[in-house]
Amino acid sequence: MQAYLVRRLLESALILLGITLVTFILLYLVPADPARQIAGRSATAETVQNIRDQLGLNDPFFVQYWRYLTSLLQGDMGRSYLQRAEVSELIAARLPASLLLMVAAIVTELILGLTIGIVAALRRNRPADHGLMIFSFVSISAPQFVIGILLLYVFAVQLGWFPIGGYGTFAHIVLPAITLGFLGAGWYSRMMRSSMIDVLGQDFVRTAHAKGLGKARIVLRHVIPNAILPIIAMIGIDIGLFMSGIVVVESVFGWPGIGQLAWQAIQRVDIPVIMGVTMVSATAIVLGNLLADLVAPLIDPRIKTK
Amino acid sequence: MSATEIVPPRAQSRQRRVIGLIRALMKRPRSAFGMVVIVLMVGAAVFAPLIMPHDPFEQSFDGLSMVGAPLPPGGDFILGTDLLGRDLASRLIFGTRTSLIIGVLANGIAILLGAGVGITAGYFGGWIAAVLMRFTDLMMAFPALLLAIVLAAIFQPSLLIVALVIAMVNWVQMARVIYTETRSLAERDFIQVQRALGAGHLRILLRHLLPHLLSSIVVFGTLGISTTVLLEATLSFLGVGVQPPTPSWGNIIFENQTYFSTAPWLVFFPGLAIVLLALAFNLVGDALRDILDPTLKGRH
Repeated sequence: MQAYLVRRLLESALILLGITLVTFILLYLVPADPARQIAGRSATAETVQNIRDQLGLNDPFFVQYWRYLTSLLQGDMGRSYLQRAEVSELIAARLPASLLLMVAAIVTELILGLTIGIVAALRRNRPADHGLMIFSFVSISAPQFVIGILLLYVFAVQLGWFPIGGYGTFAHIVLPAITLGFLGAGWYSRMMRSSMIDVLGQDFVRTAHAKGLGKARIVLRHVIPNAILPIIAMIGIDIGLFMSGIVVVESVFGWPGIGQLAWQAIQRVDIPVIMGVTMVSATAIVLGNLLADLVAPLIDPRIKTK
Repeated sequence: MSATEIVPPRAQSRQRRVIGLIRALMKRPRSAFGMVVIVLMVGAAVFAPLIMPHDPFEQSFDGLSMVGAPLPPGGDFILGTDLLGRDLASRLIFGTRTSLIIGVLANGIAILLGAGVGITAGYFGGWIAAVLMRFTDLMMAFPALLLAIVLAAIFQPSLLIVALVIAMVNWVQMARVIYTETRSLAERDFIQVQRALGAGHLRILLRHLLPHLLSSIVVFGTLGISTTVLLEATLSFLGVGVQPPTPSWGNIIFENQTYFSTAPWLVFFPGLAIVLLALAFNLVGDALRDILDPTLKGRH
């Protein structure tokens, strides 16, 4: 297990290193000139050149990349081109909002997904099962911006139950959390259903029936706990879905998180901020996958850690 | 198939298998629904000029109310009009073309790339596999949407660029599936025999490995179209996908989103179209997996 852990940690570090390189190459290729953006339209060519010199944009690619990498390892992600702040400060200021939204989305998708999966498995091949599975197919086929805007229309504009957007109270988080968790709810309901069906067919469940235990007791005490375990192991993988999802959800609901920060930075070619958010997201995804890989063998000893 | 039956020529048997597959799909209510939606959408895309009630680009005077607001569904404009007085139904029908062209193009590139990387890594193994599969690991850890947005911002988005961007993000899943399958196939006797007989790599890959991988390629290729359609809609909704005035379901919502509280049909109908198309490919892909992968039988 320890050797496995060390190997996986090394692999993760290498992946992150690769991501810095790929992202840096991509942003190096962006045709828009950040110096021009900072200087403004009326600036002279000389001013623009000076800014390019100051930012080190005239240096060769590898010099720039090396400089970025060495400061990144010291925890320095550079300064925003357009806002007078360190990238790390900008991200730190917005990370709590995004984390809050993601936690709320995980709660939403688990409650929705697991409930649907359990009910569908217990009513297997009956109308309730078919109806719920169609719902889960719809939820994995619906783009988040459509869900978000429709929820806003029905529950904020028409019914007035929730605010149209913004951040602050519990009421603000309900619609964004449902929007972000909707896709995951679809996946979880399908996985939970098949996991339940697997467990329901196993010998120990038959033994429990033979012992004369009540059906409710068997399902609650024996089937559901066993069926949930492999599902819980997958929460780490969700981080990847969320990191894409927050860009859209935060823009629809005006949620002040890192997704919104990234989106604004992309529109204004604020390269240090784009790099920063990409690295934070990628690190979260890598850690999430690592967590899922480490938790899986603990839950199910049959999974070997080769 | 009994031993005495005459084995039909290759082409004929392939045709039979495809027909058998379509029959199996039409027998299941969910995938039958998906097939019907796909056929209708493809029909709408191909015959768009014939069935569009209006010119999708024409900003008609009749298309706006007295105060200049878009018209709700009903009357001459069956699904209403947009902010510029253009007929929504016609724009949606034209948008079917955009979605399907990008869906097929982006997904085609993603399949070629993903299956190519997967089969190469799985067959050759060693350092080739190590390099290729570490690279796919790296792509897996990229926040997909951020990557797509950055790519779309670098290149001025045209239909082809949008398709390429989506393909760049979507090939990874296919590569991993095909890699795992190829690796187990490459160890098997019938491939080892071919190697021992001195068959060239390309011949083994195309004649002996590829046929065994076709089911997975078909399944994940079908599911992939759904992902592609959703990603195109999302990019266009953010304004970095298909550029107006070319209608795409995503950019119709992008153009009109600020008015969703007074003109909800401008979000509802394009949204419905996106969900229907993505749903159709998900339903068909899921059924194909059940039909083509016997190890999964009975689990659903």
